[in-house]
Amino acid sequence: MTLLDVQNVTMKFGELVANDRVSFTVEAGSIVGLIGPNGAGKTTLFNCISGLYKPTGGRIVFDGEDITGLKPYRIARKGAVRTFQVVRPLKDMSVFDNVLVGAFLRSSEKREAFDRAAECIRLCSLESLQERPAGDLSIGGKKRLEMARALATRPKLLMLDEVMAGLTSTEVKASVEVIRRLRESGITMMIVEHVMEGIMPIADKIVVLDGGVKIAEDAPKNIVHDPRVIEAYLGSKYSKRYRALRGDGPLG
Amino acid sequence: MVNSLQRKAFTRKDAVWLVFLAILALLPLLPVVTANSFRMHVMILILLFASMAQAWNIIGGYCGQVSFGHSVFFGIGAYGAGMAVVTYGGLPWPGILIGMIVAAIVAVIISYPCFKLSGHYFAIATFAIVEIFNRAFLVWDWIGGALGLDYPLADEGLKNLMWHNSKVGYYYCALVIFVLIFGIVRWLESNRFGYYMRAVREGQETAESLGVNSTAVKLTAMALSAAMAAICGAFFVQYNLRVDPPMVMSLDMSMKFVLVTILGGSGTLVGPLLGAAVLIPMQEYTRALWGGLGGGVDLIVFGLLIILMVIKQPAGMIGIVRDVRSWFFKKRDAAKGDVPYDTP
Repeated sequence: MTLLDVQNVTMKFGELVANDRVSFTVEAGSIVGLIGPNGAGKTTLFNCISGLYKPTGGRIVFDGEDITGLKPYRIARKGAVRTFQVVRPLKDMSVFDNVLVGAFLRSSEKREAFDRAAECIRLCSLESLQERPAGDLSIGGKKRLEMARALATRPKLLMLDEVMAGLTSTEVKASVEVIRRLRESGITMMIVEHVMEGIMPIADKIVVLDGGVKIAEDAPKNIVHDPRVIEAYLGSKYSKRYRALRGDGPLG
Repeated sequence: MVNSLQRKAFTRKDAVWLVFLAILALLPLLPVVTANSFRMHVMILILLFASMAQAWNIIGGYCGQVSFGHSVFFGIGAYGAGMAVVTYGGLPWPGILIGMIVAAIVAVIISYPCFKLSGHYFAIATFAIVEIFNRAFLVWDWIGGALGLDYPLADEGLKNLMWHNSKVGYYYCALVIFVLIFGIVRWLESNRFGYYMRAVREGQETAESLGVNSTAVKLTAMALSAAMAAICGAFFVQYNLRVDPPMVMSLDMSMKFVLVTILGGSGTLVGPLLGAAVLIPMQEYTRALWGGLGGGVDLIVFGLLIILMVIKQPAGMIGIVRDVRSWFFKKRDAAKGDVPYDTP
């Protein structure tokens, strides 16, 4: 079953085309990685899906409903919840209260929301920090808080925007561990990530953007050999050399 | 895990709550100890301003939308009661109710466009609204215009909400309003709506990304806050037995809502009470002591004291309470290797 269907989404800022007719699908229960060089339009696409931007063209269908241009809170209520690349803790509230705000989406009853928040705190290894004001956490803690808070809303689709960027290797491991736990729980995820060792082992499918255009969509093991992807990341010189190495011959 | 967290938080909160409830329990007994008219007057003002500040605290403190427009809602409440008595010759009660409803409706209508602005711009827009209402009320004959409304003499008692010989009746009324508004805010604070208000304050976009309809939260908070301010306004006219536009609907009055809350500690339950308990006696006693000197010496002293407090403790009086509390708990926490972080 297709949970998210992105159809020809275009996002223009004046003359700048940040996303150009991007299409792909996310199957329920799968993990889709969204990668691409800086400025490829990954976060813009996230913003379009989560309702922060209204796409200039195209359609976004979530769980059988057209959600194009809906307000962010409506999309979150339908079950597509995202984290922010630039972390946005609710600074003066404690870590626990941050997660509790997320938990209140599905349970107005306090006891139930408390339990859900505690569960997500545990899942994201934030137990020891839960009484701290969220603004006091290290970047790694804040990124895990973003995950815990989004997770507390019991999303159908969890969209993680670079939850591993800028972390130390220990913090990356902690985050990978969290995502692994989430994967085991069978939740559908869409992950924007630069840290390849983080995304490649867990994704079922990788979508590659470059300059706002989708250049590849395939399983991780095929993506790493895709000449267009290599070209986007390393330049045409390397992709030609790579093709020559494989014996395809340069295409021009 | 969470149970242990709550248990720990509760014991600490208990200490603060115990003190708070003890003070609350003693308040009804105060008139028995002293019926001195000036002291009663100061106590009534403390309770009234604590209630007003707490009403403002809903939208300004918890929800983070600094409104300078609250004297409008205060004024509407005042005129609700005033007109019921003076213009229609009835009892103030239906006027109070109508005042609350009208204040809430007006609040929603004027804040809907203002909420498109954020931060300072929102605050500036609410400034303008006070001026608009002030001018309109001054020339509006139906509500008495610039002359205002003067209460006719009526029987003392709860029915007419009017007392002549002693202020004790007013004192109990103020106490009821205070408990009512503090109770409502206490309830809001610990439930979903309270968390949503704080989430909107801390980050509107973040709140929206978690499914919070921030516009609805802000409008509801504003309507509640306005209705509470209207109750205070109604009490204010009943206490003064007259009302005119500059008395209730002025920037000066709006400022008091903001000042008392911020000096006490905005976004906290006890902040408004602390603010009023310090600011009102300061204002009344400087006036009593130096008001006669002329040239506004009392206001200068009052202003200096406020400046001093803001410099020394920007978090408000609640910051001082926290400092004392953390000093008190430091030894215990040092033994446990823990840092106190929760707030009352």
